[in-house]
Amino acid sequence: MASDQATTPPPPPLPEIQSHDLSQVIVLHPPPVFNYFKDLFSKKFHLLKAWESPLPLHEFLTNHAHSAQAMLCSGTGPSISADIIRLLPSLRLVATTSAGLNHIDLTECRNRGISIANAGEAFSEDVADLAVGLLIDVFRKVSASDRYVRHGLWATKGDYPLGSKLGGKRIGIVGLGSIGFQVAKRLEAFGCNISYNSRKRKDFVSYPFYTNVCELAANSDVLIICCGLTEQTRHMINREVLLALGKEGVIVNIGRGAIIHEKELVQCLVQGEIGGAGLDVFENEPDVPKELFELDNVVLAPHMAVFTTESFKDLCDLMIGNLEAFFSKKPLLSPVMNE
Amino acid sequence: MDSITVLMTSPMSDYLENQLKDRFNLVKLWTYSSKTDFFKHNSHSIRAIVGNTKIGADAELIDSLPELEIVSSYSVGLDKIDLRKCQEKGIRVTNTPDVLTDDVADVAMGLMLAVVRRVCECDRFVRRGLWPKGDFRLTNKFSGMQVGIVGLGRIGSAIAKRAEAFGCPISYYSRSEKPETNYKYFSNIIDLAVNCQILVVACALTEETHHIVNREVIDALGPEGILINIGRGSHIDEPELVSALLEGRLGGAGLDVYENEPEVPEQLFGLENVVLMPHVGSDTVETTDAMADLVIKNLEAHFLKKPLLTPVV
Repeated sequence: MASDQATTPPPPPLPEIQSHDLSQVIVLHPPPVFNYFKDLFSKKFHLLKAWESPLPLHEFLTNHAHSAQAMLCSGTGPSISADIIRLLPSLRLVATTSAGLNHIDLTECRNRGISIANAGEAFSEDVADLAVGLLIDVFRKVSASDRYVRHGLWATKGDYPLGSKLGGKRIGIVGLGSIGFQVAKRLEAFGCNISYNSRKRKDFVSYPFYTNVCELAANSDVLIICCGLTEQTRHMINREVLLALGKEGVIVNIGRGAIIHEKELVQCLVQGEIGGAGLDVFENEPDVPKELFELDNVVLAPHMAVFTTESFKDLCDLMIGNLEAFFSKKPLLSPVMNE
Repeated sequence: MDSITVLMTSPMSDYLENQLKDRFNLVKLWTYSSKTDFFKHNSHSIRAIVGNTKIGADAELIDSLPELEIVSSYSVGLDKIDLRKCQEKGIRVTNTPDVLTDDVADVAMGLMLAVVRRVCECDRFVRRGLWPKGDFRLTNKFSGMQVGIVGLGRIGSAIAKRAEAFGCPISYYSRSEKPETNYKYFSNIIDLAVNCQILVVACALTEETHHIVNREVIDALGPEGILINIGRGSHIDEPELVSALLEGRLGGAGLDVYENEPEVPEQLFGLENVVLMPHVGSDTVETTDAMADLVIKNLEAHFLKKPLLTPVV
């Protein structure tokens, strides 16, 4: 003991939460919510953090995740492939912090009876808000004219070129799910006319329904991509669809980059075959085709449509809620129907 | 009517200029090197003025044109027209309401979304190649934010309707309460600013509303508050606004108008919580043509002794 020890005794140690008392949750790669709320998860669950291990992933899973029943993943990081699932014999739940499911082998999960929980509608409003923000920006040149002002050009070069009126424009929504519906609701208030293409007609709306996306494009001034990425939707928006949209047409993508054939989109924009684009997602994030940087009729965002403090907190609560429900054998809060 | 001489005050629209040239004897103020030169050649022939937000019809101009009958403004705002003098002299005044309401409201929404969700900052982030170095940060959520509108006229109401679709509770301050709306009324701008997160200036510029947004209002709005101006630059005490933003006493601003256009305070250029547009509220192809058509129709109606379409005086 040190001779100069204080006379007041130290406080009794807090009871340690033994990590083996907590239920195991495998995490291959930290989801973006971990940047802000990791402690909330690690207090409640024993996180098996694959990315922190020096072992190669397959070895880590085989040696350490044999009895883990739940996994937490996100749209970033390794895909939850059949190979990975097969290394986890006890896995019964995959909880993803995304709304999208394209990174999960849904067939393998279905075959093994593994439940899936996603973000549900937690950030549909935020994504819809960004879609509208990008659309107004392209039509009214918000970012481009802001650049013009900041470079001191208003005083020297004169008035900025005219934009295009949003009111009365025909909006074609590709995928009328939770996000697509929120986008439609907002744009109706701007006096826009809404139509859509979706896997199935939706009875609860009276918007015109188009069975194929090319026909939707031919009858629209704007296409807003709000659907998920599947085998059917990969590169669905190709040159044919873009030409149908036309020289004045604008495309906004807040879904997944690969829904649009990116090379053909870039070519159409560079050659003036379509009028403009607002893009939050790209085929090979974080790489963005450099040709787009030359264009004033394009607005670019770094896949941040869900990046609000409110959404991240809601998402965190939802994921913890799903995991707690799972471990106490209660119904999941945001289950995905995987048929 | 090509014997009727019409004065256009500034090069506001090629389309309008051509329409005026086709119908009237058009005189362009900006082609004269001096005022004296202009007055010498034209003072007794001009019967109509087509003005805009830059140059309207002030007392000096009106007094120097004895044959002036009508001022048809290519704008909805009337702050550049000496309305009292027009009234005294029996000169008619028309403007361009309604046709530009949607576009201006759309810009107000675009500014709100751009400031809250940092759209322009994101675009800069990507273009500067910063994304490979790490994700963008979190912003605030826009849907559901409390929006306070100064002036619930045509444009203010159009903004309210749009913001409601985002679940934003609407409150307002106006000269008179509008009980037919469900929005919350405040009898003064300070209370409005205290009780909202985004304050939007959408009223007309008059003597009463000059610098209506001053230091006190900015302080009431606070360090998380956002100010949006699609009215006139002089609605806001601009130096106070700039220092509030630089000192972090105001959360952000989206501006389409400034006190001395086209000058914009350069101290704002380095701020990420500010979006700056060059007075483009009604600047779309569709709306500028519609505004020009309304100017022409008002002039034709006047000279054909028919009722004016959108008279103010």
